[in-house]
Amino acid sequence: MREQMHKRMIRASAVGVATLVSALFSAHAFAAGYGVGTPVPESALSAWNVDVAPNGRGLPAGAGDVAHGKDVFAAKCAMCHGAAGQGGIGDALVGGQGTLASDKPLKTIGSYWPYATTLFDYIRRAMPYNAPQSLSADDVYAVSAYLLYLNGVVPESTRLDAKTLPQVKMPNRHGFVPDPRPGAL
Amino acid sequence: MKRTLSHATKRQTPTESQSASAPTRSAPASPSFSQRRRVLGGLASGALLAPALKPAIAAAADAGPTLLTPAPWTLTPGDPLVASPYGMPGPAERDVIRRVARRPAMPGSGSSNTPLQDLVGSITPNGLVYERHHAGVPKIDADQHRLAVHGLVRQPMLFSIDDLLRLPSESHVYFLECSGNTASEWRGPSGLPLQFTHGLLSCCEWTGVRLSTLLDETGIDPSAHWVLAEGADGAAMTRSLPLAPILERALVVYAQNGERLRPENGYPVRFFVPGFEGNTHVKWLRRLKLIPAPEMTREETSKYTDLLADGRAREFVFEMDAKSVITRPSPGHRLTTQGYYAISGIAWSGRGRITRVDVSTDGGRTWRAARLTGAVQDRALTRFEADWQWNGGPAQLQSRAVDETGYVQPTREALVAARGLNSYYHYNGIQSWRVDADGEVRNA
Repeated sequence: MREQMHKRMIRASAVGVATLVSALFSAHAFAAGYGVGTPVPESALSAWNVDVAPNGRGLPAGAGDVAHGKDVFAAKCAMCHGAAGQGGIGDALVGGQGTLASDKPLKTIGSYWPYATTLFDYIRRAMPYNAPQSLSADDVYAVSAYLLYLNGVVPESTRLDAKTLPQVKMPNRHGFVPDPRPGAL
Repeated sequence: MKRTLSHATKRQTPTESQSASAPTRSAPASPSFSQRRRVLGGLASGALLAPALKPAIAAAADAGPTLLTPAPWTLTPGDPLVASPYGMPGPAERDVIRRVARRPAMPGSGSSNTPLQDLVGSITPNGLVYERHHAGVPKIDADQHRLAVHGLVRQPMLFSIDDLLRLPSESHVYFLECSGNTASEWRGPSGLPLQFTHGLLSCCEWTGVRLSTLLDETGIDPSAHWVLAEGADGAAMTRSLPLAPILERALVVYAQNGERLRPENGYPVRFFVPGFEGNTHVKWLRRLKLIPAPEMTREETSKYTDLLADGRAREFVFEMDAKSVITRPSPGHRLTTQGYYAISGIAWSGRGRITRVDVSTDGGRTWRAARLTGAVQDRALTRFEADWQWNGGPAQLQSRAVDETGYVQPTREALVAARGLNSYYHYNGIQSWRVDADGEVRNA
């Protein structure tokens, strides 16, 4: 196993070099693996590659504003999350700011979520529950804008896109701490 | 020994048995729990049995010694071969089932619990492994399913299930525990029985390919420090995990207990991160993406974070700390005669092997070492037993696990002092079962 790890570290350090000389060698020329699996260009994975990083990496083209988001929410979201996002059979999405240290904390987008990019990532991949991945990029930007507006995070005039969404400052951005274990309970 | 089911209670489906209301003293007698009225196997003279059977046993005892004669099933041939092509438990075991503690708002988004009170040893049968889904169980065509490994790699790759089966495999017995397991006890004894307090816990032999084996095929860019695991279910369930601590231990798993994964456990392939909280073991795995830093997905920010008393929350709380619980006797069981009982339970740690379990019968005032029975394995359920003579008086049964790092399972009070009452996840406090003078066992 130690030998395997050693090889892997050598390969890892060789990646940069490999990139430079990749025109000269086939994909498996450097592989010390078993040659099992099918090489695939990154571009072929785009329909699955839907995750969004806090810096906005992965956000698609498109844009949406609060007004359009209100329509999308009413049509696709309100049946579970309540007309004003107050919650129903789905989670409450609005409110709760100032409750996190109380006996009944209400964890919502406005009170708890540290990154606005998470809204786009999650809504695009998983919502609405009955039809995941059915909303267009414009609709996801719009409903994200509407939910942030309902929480008082952005003004009603907001229009979000790949550049502006990562810049939204979330109220609980600094509300998280690392795990102190082991060594502390 | 006869194992009998009472017909006094109407049989109810698991979902009918849910109880979303606040736990009360009457919870152990809820429909789901009282339906399991049976003599527990392996105990002499029906010494430990559920309430409904007590009269029947008493009547049998009145009849005096039984003269043994050949039983009817001894005097005739039995069923033919493959009467059941895939073997199922016998009809008297029909109440050993997963149950739902709380009916979810969405039918596919919730959890079901393992009946730990009915299991022995350390392995959970595949049909009883707890479930936690975020968008139901997808119907995946394994022939069409692909696992993509990409991102900060030298060469992105697609793996079919056949590809995974060609690669070197490993099999390990590991527990799997939801980080929300036992959250019912944060505010004190809930009154709930074991299946609902600790049943988001199972243990199987898992077989698959090491994460590092797959990354040997793709290469790793030096800037890759995390890996994003994503499911092919309707939630496209996603978690970011730190690469260094899991590279040589995490598995891409296609089998459990010797057969291919069950659909509800991730068929045809799932991620498995030994010792980490259950939701990181992403089921129906379709994608592993190497990334420089965590993606801060919904699950790792708004959901699986642990709120502290001051309103801040711990994030990326991965390991399940050492924990144990007594499974027999446990609430719903009833002691009917004084004398010897083997107190039996399970212990586990997400940080390694269990080295010691202590048992108390007096609410933690005095402790003695239990025997570790069976194999003691890394990050696996470990069965323990302790001898006990019940004198017919009230008792308070507790167990306390110690793992190879020296960590000692804490009391509830210590956990609350460190984290407050809103933390929800990662509750591993010492569990107490109260035995009353009439032999009833309760979570009180």
